[in-house]
Amino acid sequence: MGLLEIAMDLLAELREKFPKVVLEVLEKDALTIVCRREGSLELISYLKEKGFKHLIDLCGVDYQGYKSEKKPERFEVVYHLYNLDEKKLIRVKVLIPENDAWQYSVTGLWKTANWFERECYDMLGIVFKGHPDLRRLLMPEDWEGYPLRKDYPLFLTEENEWKGYKEFLASVRGAK
Amino acid sequence: MSDIIAQIPYPLLVFIVAFILLNLTLLHVAYLTYAERKIIARMQQRLGPNRVGPRGLLQPIADVLKLLQKEDIIPNNVDKSVFKIAPLISLVCAGTGVSLIPLWEKFVLSNLNVGLLFILALSSLSAYGVILSGWASNSRYALLGGLRSSAQVISYEIAMSLALLSVVLMAGSFNLQDIVKAQVASPFKVYLIPQVVAFFVFMVCALAETNRVPFDLPEAETELVAGYFVEYSGIRFALFYLAEYFGMVVMSALAVTCFLGGYAGPFEVPGLPFIWFLLKLYVLLFFYIWVRATLPRYRYDQLMGLGWKVLIPLALANLFVTAFLKLYL
Amino acid sequence: MSLYVEVIKNGNGKGEPEHFTINMGPHHPSTHGVLRLVLELDGETIVKCDPRIGYLHRGVEKLAEHLNYNQTIVLSDRLDYIASAANNIAFCLAFEKLLGITPPRRARLIRTIVNEMARISSHLLWLATHALDIGAMTVFLYCFRDREWLLSIFEKVCGARLTHSYVRVGGVRLDFTQEIIDELRRFTEEFPQRILDYETLIDVNRIWLKRTRDVAVVDAETAINLGLTGPVLRGSGVPYDVRKFRPYDAYDEVEFEVPVGERGDTYDRYKVRMKELRQSNWIIKQCLDKLKEVEGEPVLAEEAPDLLLPSRVREPEPKPHPKKGFVFTGKELPVVPPGEAFASIESPKGELAVYVVSDGGPNPWRLRIRTPSFVHISAIPELAKGHMIADLVAIIGTLDVVLGDCDR
Repeated sequence: MGLLEIAMDLLAELREKFPKVVLEVLEKDALTIVCRREGSLELISYLKEKGFKHLIDLCGVDYQGYKSEKKPERFEVVYHLYNLDEKKLIRVKVLIPENDAWQYSVTGLWKTANWFERECYDMLGIVFKGHPDLRRLLMPEDWEGYPLRKDYPLFLTEENEWKGYKEFLASVRGAK
Repeated sequence: MSDIIAQIPYPLLVFIVAFILLNLTLLHVAYLTYAERKIIARMQQRLGPNRVGPRGLLQPIADVLKLLQKEDIIPNNVDKSVFKIAPLISLVCAGTGVSLIPLWEKFVLSNLNVGLLFILALSSLSAYGVILSGWASNSRYALLGGLRSSAQVISYEIAMSLALLSVVLMAGSFNLQDIVKAQVASPFKVYLIPQVVAFFVFMVCALAETNRVPFDLPEAETELVAGYFVEYSGIRFALFYLAEYFGMVVMSALAVTCFLGGYAGPFEVPGLPFIWFLLKLYVLLFFYIWVRATLPRYRYDQLMGLGWKVLIPLALANLFVTAFLKLYL
Repeated sequence: MSLYVEVIKNGNGKGEPEHFTINMGPHHPSTHGVLRLVLELDGETIVKCDPRIGYLHRGVEKLAEHLNYNQTIVLSDRLDYIASAANNIAFCLAFEKLLGITPPRRARLIRTIVNEMARISSHLLWLATHALDIGAMTVFLYCFRDREWLLSIFEKVCGARLTHSYVRVGGVRLDFTQEIIDELRRFTEEFPQRILDYETLIDVNRIWLKRTRDVAVVDAETAINLGLTGPVLRGSGVPYDVRKFRPYDAYDEVEFEVPVGERGDTYDRYKVRMKELRQSNWIIKQCLDKLKEVEGEPVLAEEAPDLLLPSRVREPEPKPHPKKGFVFTGKELPVVPPGEAFASIESPKGELAVYVVSDGGPNPWRLRIRTPSFVHISAIPELAKGHMIADLVAIIGTLDVVLGDCDR
C-alpha cells in the first residue's frame, strides 16, 4: 500500500480546505505536500491540529542551478512533521521566490522552530516574518553573505570572508 | 630534660616551640595534599602521583617548587593591595589556630584561657580573605564565589559555635587544655559519646567552614570555575590552597581536642607522646578525604537550608539538653 | 575601586537592583565544549539566559555539498564525536533510501550492535560528566573505566576509538571477527553489574536527589513543543523512540522496552538513561545470538561499492591506451538517482535526522542534518528560567549536549 492511499483522507481534506495553497502532492520516501507561501502557515497549523505535533525538522534548500528537474522557485523551506499517535511522517515544502525571500514564521506553533528559523536565515538568508528574535545563529553577527546559498563559494580568502579582517590584522600588528 | 628546658630563656623557648610546630604543621599540610591525592586515586581506581620520588613521595615538594617559579599574574583592573594581601589573610587565619591546640600535656604553644573562642574568631576572620579576594579580583565569578563564601561561613559559624558551647558547658572552661583534662576525668573518657549530636554538627560545619565537598560552593569548579581565586596564579594561588588544608588540619585538631579526648589514649606509648593525638587526627582527615570522593555538591539554597533549618536547631536543642542535665544531675 | 561598587549601590536608576550579567563559557568546565551562555542573574537566580553557539561551526552542510556521498561519512564522525557510529548510520540510511539499497542482514545486525555500543558509551560519558557537574567525582572515573573497555572493542572492530567511519552505504566496512564477538559477550555479561555499581553510588544519595529532583521539570506537551527528543522526551513520559516508531536496521527483530519517566525532572531523565543502558545491553546480546544465523554472509550490499569511486560509475574494465597506459574510457553514468530522502535514527542524544537532496550528481545537492543537541540547547532558556546557577549546570548535563553535534 502506497503512502498516498494511507493518507487519502487527510489529503482530500487538505485539498478541500486549502485549494489554492496545495500545489502538488508527491509520494516520495515520505508523503510530500508542495505548497504556496500564502496560506502555508494556515496549512501547517491545521496539520498541527490534526496531530502532527512533532516538528522534526525545518530547513531551507537552495535550488539555484538544479539540473535534474525544473524548479519553479529558487528556495524551498521544508518542514518535516510527525504524528506521534498515528506514526505518520509528512513533508511540507513551501516555495520561496528568490527576490522576495521570506516565509511566515511558525514560532507561534512550535518553540523549537525559533532556532531552526534563525539558522535558516543565517545560512540561506530567508527572512521569517513574525519571528521574535531573528539574529544570526551560527555565523558571527557581522558576517556578510549567506553561506549555504549555491552562489557562495566554498573557499574564500580571509579578506573577502570577513570585512573586519584587515582591521583585526592591523590591530594585532600594532599591539606587537 | 626538664632542667635543660628550664634554663632556656622564655622568649627563645617560645620561638623554638613555634618553629617546631610550624614545621610540623607545614609538613602535615604538604603531605595531606599527597595523601588526599593518593587516597582518592585508590578510591577511584587510579594510581595517583607516582613519578617524583619513590611512590611519588616528593610530589608535594615538587608542587611547591613549581608554584614558586610561576609568574605571579596580577590582572589589570584588580584592586592591587587587597588582591595581594587577601591570600595572606586566609592563610594566617587558617594557620594560627594550631598554636592553641594542646598536642601533648606539656606541649602547647599558647595556653589561652579563651582558646576556643580565639580559634572560632580566627576561623570567622578567614572569611575575610575569601571575600576580599573575590571583591578585589574584579571578576564576576570571583565575586559570586566571595558572596557565597561569606554567607556560608557566617551561617555555619553559628551552628559550629553552638555545638562547641555544649562541650564548654560540660567541661566548664574555654581553655582547650582544661577541656582535655575534663574529658579524661569524665566517665566516658571522651565527649564523643555524651555529645554525639554536637560532634555530628561540628563535623558537618567544619566541612562547610573549610569549603570542602559537599559544601565547596565558593570554589565550585563546575559552576564558578574556581570561585574566589579564579584570578590568582603562582604562589598566591598556592597560599589559598594551603589555607584550605591548614583549615582542615586545625578543624580536625579541634575536633580531636574537644570530642575525642585530645592527646589522651588508652595507654601511654613511651617516647611517642604525640602518637594518640596524631592517630585521631589522621582518622578525621581521612574522613574529610573520604567524603570528598563520595558525595556530590549541595546547591546554594539547600546549603543555607541545611545550615539554618537543621544544624542550628539541632545544636540549640543539644545545648539545652546539656544545660538541663548539667543543672539537675 | 572595584567595578561593582557602582552597580550594587546605584542599581538601574529606578530603584530596582541591577541584574548581574555573567558570561558562562565558551571555555568553562561544565559547558561540555564551547557553549556560551549569557546569563542575567538576580542574586543566584537566572532571570534570562541566552545561549550563543557557533564556536565549533565547521560548515559540515556546506562541505558535504562538495564531497561525494561516501566522503561525507567522515564528516558525520565529527558531529557527535562521542557516538560517531550512530551518526554514520543516520547518514548511510538516508543515502541508502536515495539509492534504494538494502544492506544484507548480517550488516544490519552489526549496525544495530554498533549503534547500541555507541549508545552505551555515550550514556556512560553523559553519566560521568553529569555526576561531575553536580560534584560527584568518583562516578566520573568509574564510568570512564567501562567506556574505555567499549572503546577498545571499537578499536578492534574498525581501528578507531572515536571517529569510526565504520558504517558504509549498503552495509559496514568490516565483518566482526570471533574475537570481537567473544569480547562483546564478556562485556554484556559484566556490564549489568557495573550499572548496579553506579546506581549504588548515586541512586539514593540524598544530595543527588536534592540536586536533581524537581529541577527543570518539563511536561509532555511542552517537551514536544520544544522539540526535545530522546531520553529527555521520554523522561517526560512520552514513549517516542525512533527505534520503535520507524524501525531501521535490525530493530524490528529484537525485543526491547522503551523506559519512560513520570515527572519529567532531571532525576527521571537520569533514571531513563540508566534503564536504557540495560536495554542496550540486552539488544546487543540478542544481536550477538542472531549473528550466528548469518555466519559467513557478506556485510556489504553488492551494488554498494560503486560509490567508492570518486564521482561516477565507469566501465568496470579499464582499456589500454597508447600513451597513458590504462584509462577508463566508458561513458559516465550517474550513480545516485535525483530525488530526496529523509532518514532519522534514535541517536544516544535524541532524534538525529538527515534530509538529503540529490540532483543525480556525485555530491549531495543539499544535506541537512537535524541534530538533537542543537534542539536541546535551544531549549535551555526555557528550562533554566527561575532556576539557580548551580541548576543550570545540572540542566546542561541532563540535556546531554555535545557542541560538535550542535554547531555542525
